[in-house]
Formats: sequence, C-alpha cells, structure tokens
Amino acid sequence: MTLESVAERHRREEVPQAFSALDDKGRSLELLLPGILTEFKPEIVATVNLVAATVNAQDIVAVCRVAKEDPHLSFDYLMCLCVVDYVEHLQIVYHLYSTTFKHMMVLKANVSLDEPSLPSVMPLWVGADWYEREGHDLFGVVFEGHPNMDPLLLYEGFEGYPGRRDYEMPEYKEW
Amino acid sequence: MVGLNTEGQLDTVQMMVNMGPQHPSTHGVFRMVLWVDGERIVDLEPHIGYLHRGSEKLCEGELYAQIVTLFDRLDYISNLNNEMVFCRAVEKLMGLDVPERAEYIRVILCELNRVASHLLFSGTFGIDAGAMTPIMYAFRDREKIQTMFEAVTGARMMHNYIRIGGVKSDVPDDFPQRMGALLRELKQGIDETDRLLSFSEIFLARTKGIGVIDAETAIAYGMSGPSLRACGVPMDVRKDEPYSVYDRFDFGIPIGEKGDSWDRYYVRVEEMRQSIRIIEQALEQMPDGITITPSRLVLRPPQGEVYVRGENPRGELGVYLVSNGADKPYRVKVRPPSFCNLMAIKELLKGTYIADAVVILGSLDIVLGEVDR
Repeated sequence: MTLESVAERHRREEVPQAFSALDDKGRSLELLLPGILTEFKPEIVATVNLVAATVNAQDIVAVCRVAKEDPHLSFDYLMCLCVVDYVEHLQIVYHLYSTTFKHMMVLKANVSLDEPSLPSVMPLWVGADWYEREGHDLFGVVFEGHPNMDPLLLYEGFEGYPGRRDYEMPEYKEW
Repeated sequence: MVGLNTEGQLDTVQMMVNMGPQHPSTHGVFRMVLWVDGERIVDLEPHIGYLHRGSEKLCEGELYAQIVTLFDRLDYISNLNNEMVFCRAVEKLMGLDVPERAEYIRVILCELNRVASHLLFSGTFGIDAGAMTPIMYAFRDREKIQTMFEAVTGARMMHNYIRIGGVKSDVPDDFPQRMGALLRELKQGIDETDRLLSFSEIFLARTKGIGVIDAETAIAYGMSGPSLRACGVPMDVRKDEPYSVYDRFDFGIPIGEKGDSWDRYYVRVEEMRQSIRIIEQALEQMPDGITITPSRLVLRPPQGEVYVRGENPRGELGVYLVSNGADKPYRVKVRPPSFCNLMAIKELLKGTYIADAVVILGSLDIVLGEVDR
C-alpha cells in the first residue's frame, strides 16, 4: 500500500465525532439559553464539555450584554477570546464564565476572510483588550471600537497574519 | 507636556521614562513606558511580545505527544502544571481514562511544583522590595524540590513527564521516604522565610496598601489565581470544578482582604502550606497499580473541541483544543494566567510612586514565557 492510498483512505473514512458529556450546569444552560437568546436566533450545540452558541457577528455585543446582565446567566468574567481559522471563514470564540454560578459557556461568531471585522467587547469586559489586539495581530481581525489596535506580540511593520492557515513561513537563510 | 500647578507649588514637567525590556525587575523581557510627573506615574503603556515564539502555531504542526514539550516552555517555572492541563484536554477529548496511581503522582508533583514556584516568588519579591536575604533561603529549598524532580522525571526543568493517559514512568522505590524528609525540610524552610520577611517593618511599609485593586476590577480584567484571591474572591479551579483527584483532599483556599501587594504575597505563602497538606494526604492515599493507560503512539482524537481549565501557581491556565480527527490538532489556544494578570498593570500602577512600580509588578508574579507564548 503506497503512502498516498493510506492518506486517501483516511480521507474517505468518516472521522469519528467527539462524544458530548455535559455536567449538570452545562445541561441546565443548554435548556436556559434558547429562551434567553431567542431574538438573536442562536445555533446552540453541545461541545465535549460546554454549551456553544453561534450568533451573528454584528450582534455579538448585544448578545454579550445579555449574557453578562441576565440574572440567570451573569457571565461577568471573560475567560478567553480566540480566533480560529476554518479556511472558509474565521471564527471568533468567546469563553465566558460566571463567578456567581460558576458555570461556563462558549459564544461563537463567524466573519469572512476578506473583511474580518466585528464590534469589540471592550465596553463589557476590559480584559478583552489584549486578546483582541492579539487577534488583530495574528489573524487580521478588526475589532471595531477598540481604542488601540497596535501590534501586541509581533513587531511593528510585520507583514501578513501568521496565525492563519495559509500563512507561508518566509525562508530563512543561515548567516 | 508642561503641567502647571495653580496652587503656588513648583511647576513640574511630565517626563517619559522607559523601563525594560532588559530590566532585572521585569523577570524576563517586558517593557513599560511610564509618563511620570515628579515621582508619580501619570500614565503607562506596557509592551509585550519580546519572547513570542508562536507556540500556538507550532502546536498545529506537531503530533499530540510532541506538544507536551511545548507546554513545558510556556510557564517555565511551573512546567508540570502546564503539561497536566494539556494532557487533560486531550484525555477529555478522547475519553481516555487515567490510572489512579498516575493521578496521585500528577497531583503530588504539581503541588510540589506550586511550592517551588511560590518559593521563587517569595525570594524575588523580597529582592524587589529591597530584602536581599530571603532569596537565599527560598532558593535553598527550591533546589531541594528540583533535585526531587530530577530523581523522578530525569530533568530539573522541562520534564516532559506527564504524558497523555498517565505519566512517563513510576516514581522511584524510595519516593515516600524521600518525600517525607523533603516535606519536613520544606515546612521548616517556609516558616523561616516567612518569619524573616513577611512581618518585617520595612517590608510591610513597602507593600501594605501599595497597588490596591478591588475585586470587581480584578474580575473585569480576568485576573485569576493568587492575584485575584488576594482581593477576597475565593476562586480556585481545584475547588470550583475539581479535576484529577482534588476532590479527595481536605485543603483550604487562602484569600486576602484588601487586594494590595502584601496580600498577594501572603496568599502565596499560605498556599504553600496548603499544598504541603495536599501532598501529605496524597502520599497517604496513593494506591498501587499501573501509571499509564496504553494508547496508540500516534493519537487521533475524534473531531470536536474542548476547553479545559487547571489551577496553575500563577492562576488559571485554559487550553482550547480543536481537533478535526487528524494526528495533529487543528488549533490550540492557550489562556495564560499571567497574560490577564499583567493586563491589569495599567490599573494598578496609575497614580502610584515610581519606586513602587517594581514592587507592584513583582507582586503579580508574571512569567513572560506564557505572556508572549
């Protein structure tokens, strides 16, 4: 069997899906969320250990405000903000945590690769500051309304977005 | 730029002072631009990224088993804690069970790593505040822990000991005896450092009431770990969402009252004592058995995504892992605790004296390896 045919076989075979096992808090959130977020028409799925809601990128601040201020959710802590490149689009993933109820959820918003922009969540959580700058640095996502979009991790004048899948590493020469 | 004083005092001029990137108090390569008015800090701009190695991008090109070595190099003071969070993420995604003995070995070594990390902190924090002696005591004890790590894992740092599904190999035969002796020495050492530094008049004057942050602001910035607990928020993943075998031990979560530099220091001192309590209980309960679940050499976790949290010495480390069913992860995102703690430096430093800048930065206990990744 040649190498190509092994790779071919892997491609043909259906990739197994991860088994979802939510805990009690996750299950109650799964029941709560559709009701609270109705007006934003979220697409709610359960990942391995958390509930994830995909919403429209332009609605993200409104959804986050509801998530933060709703007495049943009260997500006052932005755990993590990251960008994932799915080749057809970029996905911005927000992991939210509540210090009162100690539960967690995931918010997702898709933006196009050509014009990746969505509103900043800085007014809700100041802690989004560096995460958003990092997202702009490595993936080129523009967070509208962010006060300072200077490079954070890369040096000034760096060209390209090294976080993206299609970024080609420059060839370095020994010197 | 000229600030004129209307109250008949001396006119002052705002001055820009550059601090870092090569500055001994920054514990790495971190740069701050401070605007000072006399001795007061008016504004500041932190600059990070001097140690950016693209760890997250590198993870996309490595096999799952190889990535453990990259996590060693994020927070290079607490390597084992980092390894454990990543391995738990892959185990959760695959539904892989970890043998009980391996869980106990993990917990013992991680808590030992926490003590080593906090010892390094209490020593260097003393230096930041002008006390040169405590670091000698702290390093003496930390060296004993490093020797223990060398005996168990084969390396003083960068252990690559915690593997997906368990640990690399069983502990040496004389592990319980050596640990017993080590814990006795550590307890004594922690007490000595504590007596030497914590309630010293000069140290109190330098740290009490300096760099105060309230709980609400700290939560808004996403601070975690001892820096957040110093504000009086009892947030600890080991209690909130017990992972591994942490639910079987009896231990406390030290919290502070005011959220100043001294609270952030003393929470860590108390945490060392709690860690030793956990290790003692774990040594007692440790069962016999295998130390790793046999799995394939090249792992192919199912398609899906997982977010796993773990309590590191510096705070909460999160790993967001996206898999598409291949032998390499599709995306790995690390949520480093120091990253968020350092973000709050703008809030902490504004309005303080320039002489306190070093103390406040030191009290956050950052490691630039994980800030810049």
